[in-house]
Amino acid sequence: MTNNGVREVSIEVRSDHICGHFFAMASPCEVLIDSTDQQQAFAVTQAIAAEAWRIETKYSRYRDDNIIHQINHAQGQSVAVDPETQQLLSLANTCFELSDGRFDVTSGVLGQVWQFDGSDNIPSQTMIEACLICSGWQNVLLTDNSVRLLPGYAIDLGGIGKEYAVDRCVQLAREILPSTSVLVNFGGDIAVTRPRQVHPYWQVGIEHPDPARATQMLVTIAQGGLATSGDARRFLLKDGVRYGHVISPQTGYPVIGAPRSVTVAGENCTQAGLLATLAILQGDQAEVFLQEQSVTHWCLW
Amino acid sequence: MQLTDHNSSIGLADSTLTKPKPIAATLALATCALLGAVSPLAQAKSDSADEWKFDTAILYYGETDRVSLVEGVISATKDFGDEHIFNGKVTFDGLTGASATGAVPQDTVQTYSRPSGNAGYAVAAGETPLDDTFKDSRVQLNAQWTQPLVTDLRGSTGVHFSKEYDYLSLGVNGSLARDFNQKNTTLSVGLSYQFDSIDPVGGTPERLGSISVLNSLSDYDLYDAYVDEDRDDNDSGNAEFDAHENHYGSRDGAQDKDTIDVLFGLTQIINRRTIMQLNYGMSVSDGYLNDPYKLVSVVNNQGTVQDTLFESRPDSRTKHNVYWQTKYAMDSGVVDLSYRFATDDWDIQSHTLESRLRYNLSDNSYIQPHLRYYQQSAAEFYQPFLLSDQPLPTYASADYRLGDMDAYTVGLKYGQKLDNGDAWAVRVEYYQQNPKNAGFAEPGQLAELDLYPSIKALIVQFNYQF
Repeated sequence: MTNNGVREVSIEVRSDHICGHFFAMASPCEVLIDSTDQQQAFAVTQAIAAEAWRIETKYSRYRDDNIIHQINHAQGQSVAVDPETQQLLSLANTCFELSDGRFDVTSGVLGQVWQFDGSDNIPSQTMIEACLICSGWQNVLLTDNSVRLLPGYAIDLGGIGKEYAVDRCVQLAREILPSTSVLVNFGGDIAVTRPRQVHPYWQVGIEHPDPARATQMLVTIAQGGLATSGDARRFLLKDGVRYGHVISPQTGYPVIGAPRSVTVAGENCTQAGLLATLAILQGDQAEVFLQEQSVTHWCLW
Repeated sequence: MQLTDHNSSIGLADSTLTKPKPIAATLALATCALLGAVSPLAQAKSDSADEWKFDTAILYYGETDRVSLVEGVISATKDFGDEHIFNGKVTFDGLTGASATGAVPQDTVQTYSRPSGNAGYAVAAGETPLDDTFKDSRVQLNAQWTQPLVTDLRGSTGVHFSKEYDYLSLGVNGSLARDFNQKNTTLSVGLSYQFDSIDPVGGTPERLGSISVLNSLSDYDLYDAYVDEDRDDNDSGNAEFDAHENHYGSRDGAQDKDTIDVLFGLTQIINRRTIMQLNYGMSVSDGYLNDPYKLVSVVNNQGTVQDTLFESRPDSRTKHNVYWQTKYAMDSGVVDLSYRFATDDWDIQSHTLESRLRYNLSDNSYIQPHLRYYQQSAAEFYQPFLLSDQPLPTYASADYRLGDMDAYTVGLKYGQKLDNGDAWAVRVEYYQQNPKNAGFAEPGQLAELDLYPSIKALIVQFNYQF
């Protein structure tokens, strides 16, 4: 259905809303518009797709023409950053502090030695320790308009970028169609502009992390954000131990004993996504953590 | 080996989990700062959780030549969060005008005593006898508390108090609603108890007892009934008027009634656009169910009134009703269709068919046409009059509201939501009741007179929500 990597937008008229489709950030993206006006729906989907692609281009670590590439290849030099990037990095800093170092955007380098392909290929301890040397947010210098990394360090905003894009797109939708409910869903990270006209809730199916259990969890959302952390397809299995794809930056090892997926409802998608990730980083204490934070959540073990 | 080592170090990291920090709240602030926006949830909360919401309405109901009523309502609702909701309501009614007594018209002038027995009034030839002393005000207070009890179970409880000059009503209610099937199905059960006490002006009349007919029309009564529209003048003290004796010196005092209502409801969401509701209700009343101001004429075979009696109704009444309602959401509005069937052990059966169509003119305004049709069959003891050559029955009432009749309402409502979030609406309706002859032969002069005049009313309501 989706053309991976091709920047095209399409819309589909459904029974009581219109659904816009496109592909961005390695995910199928949907825009649900509580309206029957196809022209309007197409226009808002186009605007949202353009914003998603803008953020993808700006913050992807797989490109060599963006700010992330500049920061990661500055060889210890300070790099000037625009306000949007500065605010995203400030949020990364807040998360690092709140999580006692468990959430660290410089630990992406560890992801390169762990290949979560369902195999039992566990990297050597030497590799892991080499990576640990090149990570640690505490060594990053962030000012009001610049950032400086140590040589060999790299930041990866993958843990924030998609949720941030969802929230930005919802803001855009709210500006374009202030009185229409719009739901933005980028591969399971969701936000809604306002309650719907007739029945206030959108119903969204969340895939069970275990593809063998072809069940969907149905959640209803009227407003705010919803994000899921955890992915059944990205794991390693060795000696009966299942290594999920979230790596603890403190040990260099994947978190063990965490739920396969954690879904959190929050005030916006970014907050929900961060809470879900922080929960997974607590391992088997994930649910306790979420209960303590009094947020609506669903854990699948 | 390696594995074990690193497991333990992860375990150590996890064990550093200490007292909960307000991470969710801090992140909410941080992300909102990032997005440069006020949190929508926080906004929604400030809309619903912290403030009182008021709904005010003023209603005028006017029957042609009969009763008119002005009613004001102020309703206040506060959401204390987590669906803990309080609603308080104050209603004030002012009622003036005349209502049919149940007595038949005649081809000559008729005279009646007032309910208090203190004075009389006259009715012109061919006119339906009305009691024009209808002048009352009523104040009613309601309070209701609703909250979730356990998952998918809500409870609600309330009290009401209502007082008018000769009437007091007190009530308590409670209900439970349980959601099933991902909240697509709701079952509810409700129970209420009401105590009413009526202290009729001049005491409680004897069942089927004769009212005191003045022997001759005194001048002031004629003056009162035909000429003087301003009744205030009479109160200023006509010596003759004040000197008039109460004819009902031996009447009983206040009378009570107890009513218990039980309701079972099923609400089902059929699809995204359709919701359906089915209710069954039962109501049992015990006690004084008469209307102490209603009369029954006794006529001879010429149709001429021989005597006028106070009505007599049974002391208990059990009603059952079934109600079905469907609401369908269109792109541009809502269709609301309902039907009610009611039956009781007085043998009254009624059908009500009602429809409302809300049509959105724009994002913040709508019009709503309203149609209602009502039909009922007479109570077994309903008699438009009694015949003087027949023995007196135990129960008899000539109140047209217990007879055969149909009624319809045609109305239109317009509503608008203002930019500041307030909303107002105005409703205009025409309501006509058509009493019918339930198969009674009309002797003599009654055949020439209109025993079943229609009652036509205009309803205007304005309401404002803020």
